[in-house]
Amino acid sequence: MTTLTGPVRATTAATPPSSPPPRRRARRTPRDWLRDGGLSTLVIALPMILVFGVFSWFPIGRALVMSLQQTNLVTAPEFVGLENFVFVLSDPLLGKAVANTLWFALLALVFGYPLPLAAAVLMSEVKRLRGLYSALAYLPVVVPPVVAVLLWKFFYDASPSGVFNTIAGWVGLGPFPWLQDAGSAMPSLVLEATWAAAGGTVIIYLAALVGVRTELYEAAEVDGAGVWRKIWHVTLPQLRGVLFITLILQVIGTSQVFLEPFLFTGGGPNNATLTVLMLIYDYAFGSSLGGNYGAATALSLMLAGVLAVLSAIYFRVTRPWSS
Amino acid sequence: MAAADTAERGIVSSHDLRRPSVRATLGVLQGGLLVTLVVVGLGPILWLAKAAVTPTQDTLRDPLGFFPNGIDWANLATAWTRAEIDHYFVNTLIVAVGAWFFQLLVATTGGYVLSVLRPRYGNAILGLVLATLFVPSVVLLVPLYLTILDVPLVHISLLNTFWAVWLPMGASAFNVLLVKRFFDGLPREVFEAARVDGAGPFRLLWSIVLPMSKPILGVVSVFAVIAAWKDYLWPLLVLPDPGNQPLSVRLPAIAPYLELDVFLAALAISTVLPIALFLAFQRLFLSGAGLGGAVKG
Repeated sequence: MTTLTGPVRATTAATPPSSPPPRRRARRTPRDWLRDGGLSTLVIALPMILVFGVFSWFPIGRALVMSLQQTNLVTAPEFVGLENFVFVLSDPLLGKAVANTLWFALLALVFGYPLPLAAAVLMSEVKRLRGLYSALAYLPVVVPPVVAVLLWKFFYDASPSGVFNTIAGWVGLGPFPWLQDAGSAMPSLVLEATWAAAGGTVIIYLAALVGVRTELYEAAEVDGAGVWRKIWHVTLPQLRGVLFITLILQVIGTSQVFLEPFLFTGGGPNNATLTVLMLIYDYAFGSSLGGNYGAATALSLMLAGVLAVLSAIYFRVTRPWSS
Repeated sequence: MAAADTAERGIVSSHDLRRPSVRATLGVLQGGLLVTLVVVGLGPILWLAKAAVTPTQDTLRDPLGFFPNGIDWANLATAWTRAEIDHYFVNTLIVAVGAWFFQLLVATTGGYVLSVLRPRYGNAILGLVLATLFVPSVVLLVPLYLTILDVPLVHISLLNTFWAVWLPMGASAFNVLLVKRFFDGLPREVFEAARVDGAGPFRLLWSIVLPMSKPILGVVSVFAVIAAWKDYLWPLLVLPDPGNQPLSVRLPAIAPYLELDVFLAALAISTVLPIALFLAFQRLFLSGAGLGGAVKG
């Protein structure tokens, strides 16, 4: 076997003379295909085709069908039109879940968006030990999320001898009920989620800061700009792209929050931390609602629709950078 | 002298730095940041390490005390054996190694087909793979679960088998694209030379492309293992039998039945391997390579 590929694309530069002439127009017989190594190629492509086919493409297609069906695994699925969507949209819990998810996303932005940026800008000015700074910032990201939540759950102990209440006691505050109170439960969840994720954002910003064109600082200095004005007029404008990316990624990530409410509070107290993804989980796998696969899929498709708009914006904006 | 450090300057110029007020402010800010990072980033982890070997009563009564009544190393052994953390640790390893293998298998063969072999149907597959990036994992949750219960074509249930975790993790569009892009950057002349020398497609992949791709294989490997270690919801759904569950799923389940000190020891044990991986491959995590996980595409 000397030639292995199908037609080498005409665009591939510098094809050596020994390779077959482009055969784009000629009608190819199965024998040509075999001789060109088409079978080997197909065999090598098989893991990708099978794994994606069975565990990605098929379930995605199935989601579209299932959202229009009544499925309970016992009787044959039955098409019910948009009934699942109507069921979900008229569920009184949906409004609560959407509001909670938006509240989580908003708090996550307030806690987790400006801080990593400020930390990264400051870290980029560090001359020595920069590696130590970034390693420390990233450390929480590598703690397994379940461990982090369980650990923080203990920290949030509502008794006066709880870890956070002890610390709050040092400055004469508390004790706070943290997770037990409907008002403070969500901010407590967001605090942990921010702790767990902020390091990743810091690293993204640090990488972007390396690319900031430093000549512009000198130009700004010639114009008499101080440190703050340099940050505002030179640094931040050049980070615009990456700031936008992290914003979108954070919104996409936080709108699918599950682990924190599931493990910290189970959606409580009084549904104060019930999120959209938890509602989906409850429809499909919850002990009381459970088994309503159609409704779960319908809701996940609606959530995906919202996220798809965000992703589309994201891809549109990032395309110029990924070349 | 000023010219010496223009090559690697930041926002604050060397001229600014000569002013004592600027220097002091910057020093205080950076020192403050370092202290904050130690307290916030390292603090909880150090606390966990301490609590893992502290008797329950001490942790409850004086959570921030430093071993008021000595160290209790036995916690770790108790957690490892009596709380069966050893068993769940092995399960986690099995999940991680299998997920690593299938992610690497699919990403390398897929990337190779899409980047080097380029069959006619390649672009269609690439499009389909790319499209899955737009589909958030929440959409897959229920239909994928039902697929695991009854796999199309073969009609068997993978429930309670590790395959149910391994195979879906293999379907990572992000990995395929990452590897494809790396292969795109490899010199074509080497491939052509190998072909002229009579290397078949399998040989070309195994003896030429893969050895040239160690950096990207390292990236995919480390992140595959870490991702498998972190995963919670999916193994919770498809591995209902406690005997098969990894640490992430078992820890919340066993929490109510364990003494606090043993439970915290179990948490600490579960954290050791990811942190060790991080320390060993720090550069990988902290450089651009790690961004992949966050910035899809």
